[in-house]
Amino acid sequence: MNKKTLAFPYVLWAAAFIVIPLCMVFYYGMTDTTGAFTLENIITIATAEHAKALLLSIELSFVSTLICFLLAYPLAMILTNMNVSQHSFIVLIFILPMWMNFLLRTLAWQTLLEKTGVINSILGFLHLPALEIINTPGAIVLGMVYNFLPFMVLPIYNALTKIDNNVINAARDLGANGVQTFFRVTLPLSVPGIISGVTMVFIPALTTFVISTLLGGSKILLIGNVIEQEFTQTGNWHLGSGLSIVLMIFIIVNMVIEAISDREGEHTSL
Amino acid sequence: MHKLIDLQHISKAFDSNIVLDDMNLYIRENEFLTLLGPSGCGKTTTLRIIGGFENPDRGKVIFDGTDITAFPPNKRQLNTVFQKYALFPHMNIGENIAFGLRIKNKPKAYIQDKIRYALKLVNLDGYEKRMPDSLSGGQQQRIAIARAIVNEPKVLLLDEPLGALDLKLRQDMQYELIRLKNELGITFIYVTHDQEEALTMSDTIVVMNQGYIQQIGTPEMIYNEPENAFVADFIGDSNIIDGIMIQDRLVEILGVRFPCVDSGFGENKPVDVVIRPEDVELTTSGAGILQGTVSHIIFKGVHYEMEVMANGFEWLVQSTRMFPVGTQVGLSVDPYNIQIMNKPASEDEEAIGVNE
Amino acid sequence: MRNTLRKIYIALIFLFLYAPILTLIVLSFNDSRTRAKWGGFTTRWYLSMFRNQAILQALTNTLIIAFLSALIATVIGTVACISMQMMKRGSRAVIMGITNIPMLNADIVTGISLMLLFITLGLRFGFMTILLSHITFNIPYVILSVMPRMKQLNPSVYEAALDLGASHIQAFFKVVFPDILPGVLSGFLMAFTMSLDDFIITHFTKGPGVDTLSTKIYTEVKKGIKPEMYALSTLIFVTVLLLLILVNKTPSGKSTEKRKLQPAKQ
Repeated sequence: MNKKTLAFPYVLWAAAFIVIPLCMVFYYGMTDTTGAFTLENIITIATAEHAKALLLSIELSFVSTLICFLLAYPLAMILTNMNVSQHSFIVLIFILPMWMNFLLRTLAWQTLLEKTGVINSILGFLHLPALEIINTPGAIVLGMVYNFLPFMVLPIYNALTKIDNNVINAARDLGANGVQTFFRVTLPLSVPGIISGVTMVFIPALTTFVISTLLGGSKILLIGNVIEQEFTQTGNWHLGSGLSIVLMIFIIVNMVIEAISDREGEHTSL
Repeated sequence: MHKLIDLQHISKAFDSNIVLDDMNLYIRENEFLTLLGPSGCGKTTTLRIIGGFENPDRGKVIFDGTDITAFPPNKRQLNTVFQKYALFPHMNIGENIAFGLRIKNKPKAYIQDKIRYALKLVNLDGYEKRMPDSLSGGQQQRIAIARAIVNEPKVLLLDEPLGALDLKLRQDMQYELIRLKNELGITFIYVTHDQEEALTMSDTIVVMNQGYIQQIGTPEMIYNEPENAFVADFIGDSNIIDGIMIQDRLVEILGVRFPCVDSGFGENKPVDVVIRPEDVELTTSGAGILQGTVSHIIFKGVHYEMEVMANGFEWLVQSTRMFPVGTQVGLSVDPYNIQIMNKPASEDEEAIGVNE
Repeated sequence: MRNTLRKIYIALIFLFLYAPILTLIVLSFNDSRTRAKWGGFTTRWYLSMFRNQAILQALTNTLIIAFLSALIATVIGTVACISMQMMKRGSRAVIMGITNIPMLNADIVTGISLMLLFITLGLRFGFMTILLSHITFNIPYVILSVMPRMKQLNPSVYEAALDLGASHIQAFFKVVFPDILPGVLSGFLMAFTMSLDDFIITHFTKGPGVDTLSTKIYTEVKKGIKPEMYALSTLIFVTVLLLLILVNKTPSGKSTEKRKLQPAKQ
């Protein structure tokens, strides 16, 4: 059937703009300026300066992902139980903020968090101690949670709405109380949503350089900042690519986990 | 016999839509009771109230002498087989069946025994390690039943359990359910809109419509002596004809007087007359009480189904004898096969009918 | 009680999500050059915004790139979905796997990989390179929103159209396309939104002299954001909000649903 050839433009596009560019990152990452093979660029991750940036990135993105999960799961459950007739309405509420530029939204937190900012004014009014969070790792975590929370809520919400209500009823019917039903039925059935939510928060948080630039002041360097500087300031593409390969190891591990859970998800939904 | 479940003055409305209105019903121990009616009649709501998935707005649910109206589903000694099986998709068959027992912290060996016993009972030995989605609809339904009965409930609630199966499988499962019921010796409360299922399996049928019970009785009583036009129309095919009760044991239909066996309706009183199509006897022209002409005929396998025009009424007739279209025939009905019913005073009352 | 707690929780989350937006809207009316203090109410930023060539140019670039990239991605993505439906499981899985890469990969890696490609190809960094990049990361959004619709589609419908005398092309546009249209539209909207909101990939693939709103804001961060920028963002946000309310209020959505149901009843 000639219909198959219709995919040709996209296959060509994907090869040219997805596959080949990735190969180039690997090529640059594993060569030096003369074009000779080297692992030097990748190994530099072990130097104190780079390792520190990577570890801080991992730490902050881990904390942000955890906070996102803890905030998103109850929210997704409440939204599921609200029986909103318009499924798309929920999605809309979370996507709407994206129409305000993400840099501006993140910057707005500066205004809110500053020493004399809105939040501290309110705290002062209530005679509570002021928050001094701006330009600290705490502010970066807040920025990450703020920016990526929707990406945790939506997949979990989707997974929860797909659970057949009668399956929950069946658990209750068979003697499980609310807590048992949650841990034995609801939570396991929402695992695919949790995994895709975790991926969608952890990866951008791990690799961001914008949030740290905007909310962390210039002192806090994440691995994303290091790579960005190699490309736009130092101009050492080989080193930048080498560090990107390190990042991609995390991404690939995540993709594999995602793929496995996807297959299982397909298996159970049939 | 002992009343195991007693529903007292149950009312339930969703928003402004009244689903059940002051319903009273009791279920005896070891009974196979079927709630039968068209969709929206309140049968599933009744079942969900017994199961604890809905709370009645008014009324009480008494179980074995205890008021369980406020009990959550997990505190009730009954289990449900859900319409679309509702197996846990992330657990294998063994884990599905073990669910209730593990919640109750039963010992491992006991659980293993129970799984094996339940799978044997539903003819699916050796399926412990399979996942629900690898099973056919009929097999999933059996697992749903197995998962419920290992908990040794006193009552099994079945919500249209055969609705999603094809005809042949449905008939097989009906016999299977009767066998299971006899082996387990527990009470079954069964919800269906399929009259054949109800007639085949039940000890007692409760016919419902628009939130009201229309008639309670054995399958024979419901079929042979429907108490109102709704029941007559809903159960099987029937000819429902306006008639006038001339006096006891004599009714006039379509201008002709028929002897019957009913009495106590008064004299010259308008009534509804129900005659089952298989009870209309066709003879050669000239004989019988009424004269008519065959207008349609269909071969149905066991019998022929004919429409006969007689005295301005299209009679539905089932007979093993064949009369071609256009044949002049005589119609007669055995007095025992004429069922007389009071006319409802108004259209609205049709739904209310009997309610003890 | 439980219900009140739930409502409070939802309210707090939405306060968290929308507080910065509210802040920006307030700042756009602030009669002061710094965002640190309130200088009284003014609408002058809204007027001076229209005289600021740099901002208007960035806005035009952003909108043109968003529209073109979303449109091209929608066409390529939809066509790819149609033909993937006909493919064997294996080759479809490979293509879907590659499609997932830009979704799961970090934007920074996508950005630098495209940057390296454009350097190697010797392309001049500017409008074209941004557009190519945006199309690339937009196609997956289109495919992921069209594909589920495609799977729901009953293949007999297409065959029925052929049976009734339609050509392949007629059958597609009269029967298949209307059915997947909601997926196509939401894919387009998603792509448009993503393009509009992108900073990271644009940052690596733009050339000197060409700016989108995002990159313009980024360069302004150190010097201080011009208040006109707040005014412009507020304007965009309010416009989108009004459009969405309008779309949701009009009964057109409901009537199409009814239209879908009717043939089934007949």
